[in-house]
Amino acid sequence: MGAGHAHRLYRHGHSPVHTLPPHTKLAAAFAFVLVVVSTPREAMWAFGAYAVLLACVARHARVPAGFLLKRLLIEVPFVAFAVLMPFVAEGERVQALGLSLSVNGLWGAWNVLAKGTLGVAASVLLASTTELRELLLGLQRLKLPAPLVQIASFMIRYGDVVTDEMRRMRIARESRGFEAKGVRHWGVLAKSAGALFIRSYERGERVHLAMVSRGYSGSMPVIDEVTASGAQWRHALTLPCAALVVSLLG
Amino acid sequence: MSTASRPASSSSSSAPSSSSSSSLEVSGLAFAYPDGHQALFGVDFTITRGERVALLGPNGAGKTTLVLHLNGILGGGTGTVTVAGLPVGKQHMAAVRQKVGIVFQDPDDQLFMPTVREDVAFGPAAAGIKGAALEERVRTALERVGMRDFADRPPHHLSFGQRRRVAVATVLAMEPEILVLDEPSSNLDPASRRELADILRSLDVTVLMVTHDLPYALELCPRSLVLSDGVIAADGPTGALLRDEELMRAHRLELPFGFDPRSVARGA
Amino acid sequence: MHVPDGFIDAPTSAVTGVVAAGALAVSLRGARREQGGTSRADEADRAGERTAPLAGLVAAFIFAVQMLNFPVAAGTSGHLLGGALAAILVGPFTGVLCVSVVLLMQGVLFADGGLTALGVNVTDMAITTTVVSYAVFRALLAVLPRKRRSVTVASFVAALVSVPAAAIVFTLLYAIGGTTDVSIGKVATAMIGVHVLIGIGEAVITALTVSAVIAVRPDLVYGARGLRQRLKLRVDGALVDAPAPALARTAPGTARTSRRTLWVTGLVASLVLAGFVSFYASANPDGLEKVAHDKGIDKKEEKHAAADSPLADYGVKNVSNARVSGGLAGVIGVGVTVVAGSAVFWALRRRRAEDVSPASTGL
Repeated sequence: MGAGHAHRLYRHGHSPVHTLPPHTKLAAAFAFVLVVVSTPREAMWAFGAYAVLLACVARHARVPAGFLLKRLLIEVPFVAFAVLMPFVAEGERVQALGLSLSVNGLWGAWNVLAKGTLGVAASVLLASTTELRELLLGLQRLKLPAPLVQIASFMIRYGDVVTDEMRRMRIARESRGFEAKGVRHWGVLAKSAGALFIRSYERGERVHLAMVSRGYSGSMPVIDEVTASGAQWRHALTLPCAALVVSLLG
Repeated sequence: MSTASRPASSSSSSAPSSSSSSSLEVSGLAFAYPDGHQALFGVDFTITRGERVALLGPNGAGKTTLVLHLNGILGGGTGTVTVAGLPVGKQHMAAVRQKVGIVFQDPDDQLFMPTVREDVAFGPAAAGIKGAALEERVRTALERVGMRDFADRPPHHLSFGQRRRVAVATVLAMEPEILVLDEPSSNLDPASRRELADILRSLDVTVLMVTHDLPYALELCPRSLVLSDGVIAADGPTGALLRDEELMRAHRLELPFGFDPRSVARGA
Repeated sequence: MHVPDGFIDAPTSAVTGVVAAGALAVSLRGARREQGGTSRADEADRAGERTAPLAGLVAAFIFAVQMLNFPVAAGTSGHLLGGALAAILVGPFTGVLCVSVVLLMQGVLFADGGLTALGVNVTDMAITTTVVSYAVFRALLAVLPRKRRSVTVASFVAALVSVPAAAIVFTLLYAIGGTTDVSIGKVATAMIGVHVLIGIGEAVITALTVSAVIAVRPDLVYGARGLRQRLKLRVDGALVDAPAPALARTAPGTARTSRRTLWVTGLVASLVLAGFVSFYASANPDGLEKVAHDKGIDKKEEKHAAADSPLADYGVKNVSNARVSGGLAGVIGVGVTVVAGSAVFWALRRRRAEDVSPASTGL
């Protein structure tokens, strides 16, 4: 995945999907993926129906197809392995295009590709219609333990600060003529990582002092809370419910 | 000329009679870190309500250590700190932390919440304020530093000067008795520096400003303390202290090139 | 190694989800103790919890470090998983928390790793890497001479082992809940082979990073705290066995329970490891490599191996009796090794304590 994390998936908008409370979206995406994963791989048409459902959501959310497809690229490494499967799996074999392929492997590849792609597409839709901050509030609302939400929120708050420090260190290295070319230069990179750790940890200590100075005593005060009406829940859960119906029919 | 005034230090922590007029009283404060390094050797001073005082001193003089004593983050040495009549100690910790607002040097350390609004709300919310009262606190505090329109921004999308102003707001929202600023002018461009000075002047709270920036101290604070080697080495009008070349030299305090404190008209 | 949805079946995903949740709950409690007091501001500890800000910043660090690509050879590069690094620098519990949060955020924000596969990913990449690496690290430190160099060596080995260990756990999960039939031999061969390579990169960077931190702020390296602490014990002339060093700083009561936890986790980890290594050894030799070679696709595979942790997908349904017995033999073997190892360990420690006493009375 390399450096692919630098960009965020969120795409600003005001569609009905954007305005849904975050926890309903999280729950819906999770339930949808769960249904997809539980569907037997032989029910090929069901996967087609799932894809159509997601396409409807994307349309509803006004997320362009090109945007969605580009974000699906994160899955590429796994596609490569799925492609390997028919060659290495056991069992009965068929001949196709002069290659001996395992039937089981073909099914396995299909299974992984179909479910993996649908899963990534659902996550991308979630991330592109929900702001970072909202996601955290949603997780908090879904009863993810408070300390984990806090850790995640600190990570997001300081992610940019830390990566920025890393970038400045790289610029400092490069402006002194250093460029990491191979194994020989691992040491320099590791020294930077060490320095980065020290800076991060010390900042953590200072942040803690600043928190304590403003009355922190172990638990974060709840400042924002998200709520959802019954209608909003119904709206959000349409997707997994439709998927469930498809799955039961299949 | 230096007026090294050292009020008699007594270990008695009886409620000071002057509690109505003094914001902060530090007396006989000494402290050593767990590793044995002693940073404070008996610090004494009093700040009356509404004063703006600068705390000057070279690196390693114990300034930060002293600041962390003011709201009880550090403690366990000898001597007492009293904030508006409340002794700093375990029994009043929550109240003391609300009365002493510390603005740390790096606004990124201070602004740890995802949005400006939540950050400003953190202190009052931790003190149990909720709902409309909380909103009101946040709004007023942001207004006082001129950052009202930025409430829903994430802090890391602001400029450095703006972040410092929000940091001041986070503390103002707690309606503190005394505002303690750690190097408020560091890393600010001249315009942001000016804006911050205007804001600080407009506030009607007691201010203790820890700084190396002598012109800034002269501009904002009529009175200064010099902390050196863990004791208050001088206490007097800022202009007089800065003109005392011998004192300045002795405590490694240097005015910027070409700056003459005599030429600055002090408008107290 | 971020597993997407659909690789592992739903029941196994659910079970790993429960495992991950349990481990996180334990870690939250453990992390509180770990982050109790490292810093210059010991006095501040009594005022409030440090876990959230510190773990949050370390998670941001791990997140950033995963972006730090290290060039492996012309054109390809790898990146750290960071489990071992986190465990050694901030302690295993905090390490589990940090890496888990990174994985959670990657799944939710970047669609990297499936939502239903979160349990699998956390079990594999957060729990396994940190627990195994920390167990190996501590075990080595207990045996090696008490020097900074030993910390570097131990970090190297710990990180080296942690990556294939994660691969092994993945293989195990796949054996239980994989969705494709591929022989376990092939999965193991491919996973372990590739991850040993990745592990080398991880090991070098981890060891160098740890030694860089130790050079500047040794007090921040959780795994080496004992190093400092035990030296202090000498000066005091205390004759008590220095307990598992990481915990020397905390109260004696907790030190004892934690040492037991450590021992148990170490045992479990090595049992799992050994069980699987013997699996691997007894598997068919004509695994993925041969097939890949025959079909001329090995180049492609190699490239991916280096670009990212790969493999994700070879199922395992037909475990033959011979292999099960091979695995059993391995488990028994490890049992014997652990007993023998502990005996050596105790003996060494006793001798060390005896060495110490005359020196300290001399002071």
